[in-house]
Amino acid sequence: MKLRAALATVALAGTIAAVSTPAMARDTISIVGSSTVYPFATVVAERFGSNTDFPTPKLESTGSGGGLKLFCQGIGTQHPDITNASRRMKPSEFDLCQSNGVKDITEFRIGSDGIVIASSKNAENLELTLEHLFLALAEKVPQDGEWVKNPHKNWSDVDSSLPNKPIRVMGPPPTSGTRDSFNELALAGGCKKLPELEGVDKATYKAEYRSRCESIREDGAFIEAGENDNLIVQKLIDDTSMYGVFGYGFLEENADRLQAATLNGVEPTAEAISADEYPVARSLFFYVKKAHVGVVPGIQEYVQEFVSPAAMGPNGYLKSVGLIVPPRPALMDLQDKAENMPNLSRDELK
Amino acid sequence: MTDRNTQAEIIRQSLKRRYRKERRFRAYGILAIAIALSALVVLFVDIIGKGHTAFIKTTVTLEVDIDPEMMYLDDATDERQLRMADFVEPLVQALLREVPGATEANRDAVRDLLNPYASNQLRDALKENPELLGTTQTMTFLTHTNVDVYVKHAGDEDYSIKLSDRQQAWVDQLLDKGVIETSFNDVLFSRGDSRDPSRAGILGAIVGSLLTMFVTLILSFPIGVAAAIYLEEFAPQNRFTDFIEVNINNLAAVPSIIFGLLGLAVFINLFGMPRSVPLVGGLVLTLMTLPTIIISSRAAIKSVPPSIREAAEGIGASKMQVVLHHVLPLALPGMLTGSIIGMAQALGETAPLLLIGMVAFIVDVPDGFLDSATVLPVQVFLWAGSPELAFIERASAAIMVLLAFLISMNALAIWLRKRLERRW
Repeated sequence: MKLRAALATVALAGTIAAVSTPAMARDTISIVGSSTVYPFATVVAERFGSNTDFPTPKLESTGSGGGLKLFCQGIGTQHPDITNASRRMKPSEFDLCQSNGVKDITEFRIGSDGIVIASSKNAENLELTLEHLFLALAEKVPQDGEWVKNPHKNWSDVDSSLPNKPIRVMGPPPTSGTRDSFNELALAGGCKKLPELEGVDKATYKAEYRSRCESIREDGAFIEAGENDNLIVQKLIDDTSMYGVFGYGFLEENADRLQAATLNGVEPTAEAISADEYPVARSLFFYVKKAHVGVVPGIQEYVQEFVSPAAMGPNGYLKSVGLIVPPRPALMDLQDKAENMPNLSRDELK
Repeated sequence: MTDRNTQAEIIRQSLKRRYRKERRFRAYGILAIAIALSALVVLFVDIIGKGHTAFIKTTVTLEVDIDPEMMYLDDATDERQLRMADFVEPLVQALLREVPGATEANRDAVRDLLNPYASNQLRDALKENPELLGTTQTMTFLTHTNVDVYVKHAGDEDYSIKLSDRQQAWVDQLLDKGVIETSFNDVLFSRGDSRDPSRAGILGAIVGSLLTMFVTLILSFPIGVAAAIYLEEFAPQNRFTDFIEVNINNLAAVPSIIFGLLGLAVFINLFGMPRSVPLVGGLVLTLMTLPTIIISSRAAIKSVPPSIREAAEGIGASKMQVVLHHVLPLALPGMLTGSIIGMAQALGETAPLLLIGMVAFIVDVPDGFLDSATVLPVQVFLWAGSPELAFIERASAAIMVLLAFLISMNALAIWLRKRLERRW
């Protein structure tokens, strides 16, 4: 008897496995991508699910790079429909998409986010320039005409106006779009201002300096903290000698406990970031796989919900969760895009 | 004589030292247990201290005047009209009537006391009962999370209160009037995930866990037991079976994330199964639990005394009959215990599920093996990483529920062992 029951269960399990093997039709939108866009996209998804008859989209937070990789893996319902990114798609990623048959993609630039260098309210706040940041955090810095391993131990070694305290900065891992943007905007931004790079043209910069300008030191002064920004916030509150790098949204959520360093004299505020005055601001994106529109129900409607005035308008619910919303003309452009879904071309990405 | 005297003397002298040694050893043992216990106590105190407030919800009860004109809705059966109608206005008006001293000019501040999804609740009620249109109903809504945090955590420095002073005064007055009340948080147990902490629940994660565990159990138990019986009773002892045995023992110690990678490569990329579904989660966890079940089942079979086998063989039972009629029933309690412990391990697992996409924001409660789902530990992980502080207490509450599951599974294992085990 027992044997028969056991055999029956094995057979049943086998059937389940066999039935599921062919790729399933899917009626839930699948979204992957940036952990920075995740808090905004989840709110939109939930609104969308609750206000329409479509099921609530499923969201995975995989980081911008991870999301684009999954997104570009191919057409078919086992692949995601939309990916969020806290940086623009790279031409190489576009090529990957193309080679896997993901030909038609629509890009949406949904707003901006600033990257802040924050610390506990009880810590000494920094007044930094981008050069300071580069000199403090780069792997190699120029000294007497040569590029040497970063010798700066304390902030005061970088500039005498900064506190005489060890450089300890927590930040996101390399899979994160926040890290890409930080390297590109903050580090390379500071690097380009160094006297050593004066007069260097774009091509030479790309060939010779780029990798140097965008490498973060690995001797323990910069600590990789994983994608969990809450963890960084907690660490900053416990340890006042520590500084943390993360998106503006987390600063706003913890505004009563954290403060942010000024960069080139500009404080990170929603206004300064949206006006592009704050130097380390980046745009947030999502990409839609057009081949899935109409196959997986609700994709276009979801996109329309995302760019609706109720979400992204000046009083929209995304603003209340910390998105720095685009100005009116940009929003109207987005609504046009949601209607027509124009294709992204490789030339736009360069 | 003298020789023996000195010997006794030596023993007597060393006796004291030996007793001291024993006492010291016992003290070390007690110390070790005390350290382990205190770590456990700290963990529980921290989790319960942080999480107990998550079991309370804050609601507001209003006399809602469902006025067609105010809502731009004259036919509640018309889908299109329902989509366009204004369901916020009746709620704001109802609340304005309750808040002492509030006027039309305060409407935004008053509206922000209500949950942003309260209007959906009104819409759904109308959708279900269109005849409610034009009547006045007493309805209970969740408050805004900010109100919930204020009511539960005013004065707690871990939380920041996001209500203005005037809103705080209103909430205090409404609490006195009984319009705002706190009660047991059934939302936590009846809903899936949400980005709004006061609407977030763990039912989706519990159902996801149960579905995943069901797949795991139904696959790993029969396969594990069959493998154990074959290896123990039928397989010849040679280099090949030795090799298999070493490998099974090794697999039991492989980090679980490796099974996730394997699952991603085989089930999702090769077989094209969907991401984030309990079926794939269950398959991956099956791979992970199989070695545990095989090892414990083999131990259970080994512990059946040879006399039983010999007696059965002696009265002419075949090998098959010996195993199925005598060894298996006697070994089953041990196998069950091992399986339950393996399942408990699988229940608490997150790492392999990360790779197959079960770490996702999923609002709808899954209703099948091929529906997107998360599991309890993943829900804890997701909430602990959310920027909203109100999720921290919910993460602790989810941990408590998870612990309750684990403790009851382990208790069941112990009970089964006590109940069914036979000693020889």
